[in-house]
Amino acid sequence: MANRQEILLTGAGGQGLILASIVLANAAVNDNKNVVQTQSYGPEARGGASMSGVIIDIDTIEYPKVTTPTVLLCMNQASFNKYMPKVKPDCTIIIDSTFVSGSYSDEYKVQAFPITRAAREQLGKEVVANMLALGVINAATGLVDREIFRDSIYKMAPKGSGELNQEAFDLGYRLYEEGTGQDIGVSAQTPQ
Amino acid sequence: MPESKPVLMQGNEACAVGAIHAGVRFYAGYPITPSTEVAEQMAVRLPDVGGVFIQMEDEIAGMAAVIGASIGGMRAITATSGPGFSLKQENFGYAIMAEIPCVVVNVQRMGPSTGVPTAPAQGDMMQARWGTHGDHPVIAFSPASVYETYYLTIAAVNLSQKLRQPVLIMLDEVIGHMREKVTIPETGKLMVEKSSSNVPSDWKPYDEKGLTPLVPFGFGHYYHVTGLFHDQYGFPTGDPPQVERALDRIHNKLKKYRDEIMFTNYIGHKEPRVAIVAYGCTVRSARAVVKKAYWQNRLPVGLLSLQTVWPFPDKEIEALAEQVDVIIVPEMNMGQIVGEVERYARGKAEVVPLNRYDGEMINPDQISEEVGRWLS
Repeated sequence: MANRQEILLTGAGGQGLILASIVLANAAVNDNKNVVQTQSYGPEARGGASMSGVIIDIDTIEYPKVTTPTVLLCMNQASFNKYMPKVKPDCTIIIDSTFVSGSYSDEYKVQAFPITRAAREQLGKEVVANMLALGVINAATGLVDREIFRDSIYKMAPKGSGELNQEAFDLGYRLYEEGTGQDIGVSAQTPQ
Repeated sequence: MPESKPVLMQGNEACAVGAIHAGVRFYAGYPITPSTEVAEQMAVRLPDVGGVFIQMEDEIAGMAAVIGASIGGMRAITATSGPGFSLKQENFGYAIMAEIPCVVVNVQRMGPSTGVPTAPAQGDMMQARWGTHGDHPVIAFSPASVYETYYLTIAAVNLSQKLRQPVLIMLDEVIGHMREKVTIPETGKLMVEKSSSNVPSDWKPYDEKGLTPLVPFGFGHYYHVTGLFHDQYGFPTGDPPQVERALDRIHNKLKKYRDEIMFTNYIGHKEPRVAIVAYGCTVRSARAVVKKAYWQNRLPVGLLSLQTVWPFPDKEIEALAEQVDVIIVPEMNMGQIVGEVERYARGKAEVVPLNRYDGEMINPDQISEEVGRWLS
């Protein structure tokens, strides 16, 4: 893992992305790393665009906003269209194929997983899609020690939902290990 | 003693925790983005320590209740943002005049008016100084990190008690909403200004001889509290010599305790040619620039960060201007503190504003570009 990781979690307000970024930042603190978490959102509680950033570094972090993401999560189409063109090709891009489809230049590494659908169908609760997404991200990047991450999720979850959230996180790992499916709605295209 | 474990904490939360650690037991206010988390945290935490949280009908009432609680003997704080800060001004001036300790937090957002509620700005710095009418003294802090928010809140509560002077904490949306790793010291390690229990028998609320501790109502002393100019017993007066003395009195206490009020910090080259003067979240971008320019490339660049913005660090700026060719002042407004810097640079150094007012933070590249222009 490089010294500095900048993670951008994007989607719609209400998908739990700001909470996911707080959980990730907390896990990173518990893993003894320097971390800064910021967010940007409109006045709405649901709907509208939501973006949150986490910087994890071994050095002290001065400028707190994400400038060059090393990890990008897109949980809806609007965020994919907006942020995907702004990242560098070596950025790890993870998208929720439940909501996102489209094409992109094949110099990018885009990995698509049915994050929200898996939460709904396999766990019966769409609300844990954010923790599932964290599982996928951590499986892909190893940002934080897995066990420390699981403990942090348990501690931060509302009473009685610790196991469910951990299950979602583990399901994210399974999705990642199974790999990107065929029917994912996105396709790489060689630039003309 | 065992070290406290590091935790992830938000700026607004650090403000609430700092206040409680400094002995604040009363919060009254009206929630407003981006300051709401201060109220939320106080609502959660105050009942556990025997404190009182009240959500008032508006910001004016919030300020009034804080003044009332303080004169009743409780350490009190309120938090707001731009629109609410405007509403608090009249009562804030009253607290300065009547010398009632309290702390007012303003988590600045993009204005004027309701502006952009979720976007950061530093547009209230002059309002902090002159928002309430009359020739009043003001203390205002501007934290640049979550930990600074914590300790400056404690300093604010302590100073306000000691000097009987309201203190402002001028946060901004970036620092208020940002979460980062902090290690909060255990409560036993803090310096907290003690309330005075032994008051001389000839105690007067506004003693002409100088600063006297506040004796809360109900503790054996009867006195009058008013926003009118008053004599040493608190009763109204229009007598010119007494009016002058009273105004000197509230200004002189800040001059006398300047060393305890003034927090600034210099990092960078020992003999800088280019200096950056910054406060609040802008300090972080400036620090990133100095890290690269000085620590990595040994360029003659330095940063003076102002944790205390009011009273203005005049001597510090004067000394800096003697040393450098240029002072760059990045601010997330159309240029407010830059005017003060210019005033105390007294023409000894070029003073250059660097402004951003689109609701986004000034980034290191912008500052770096300006620094580069002056180094070449």
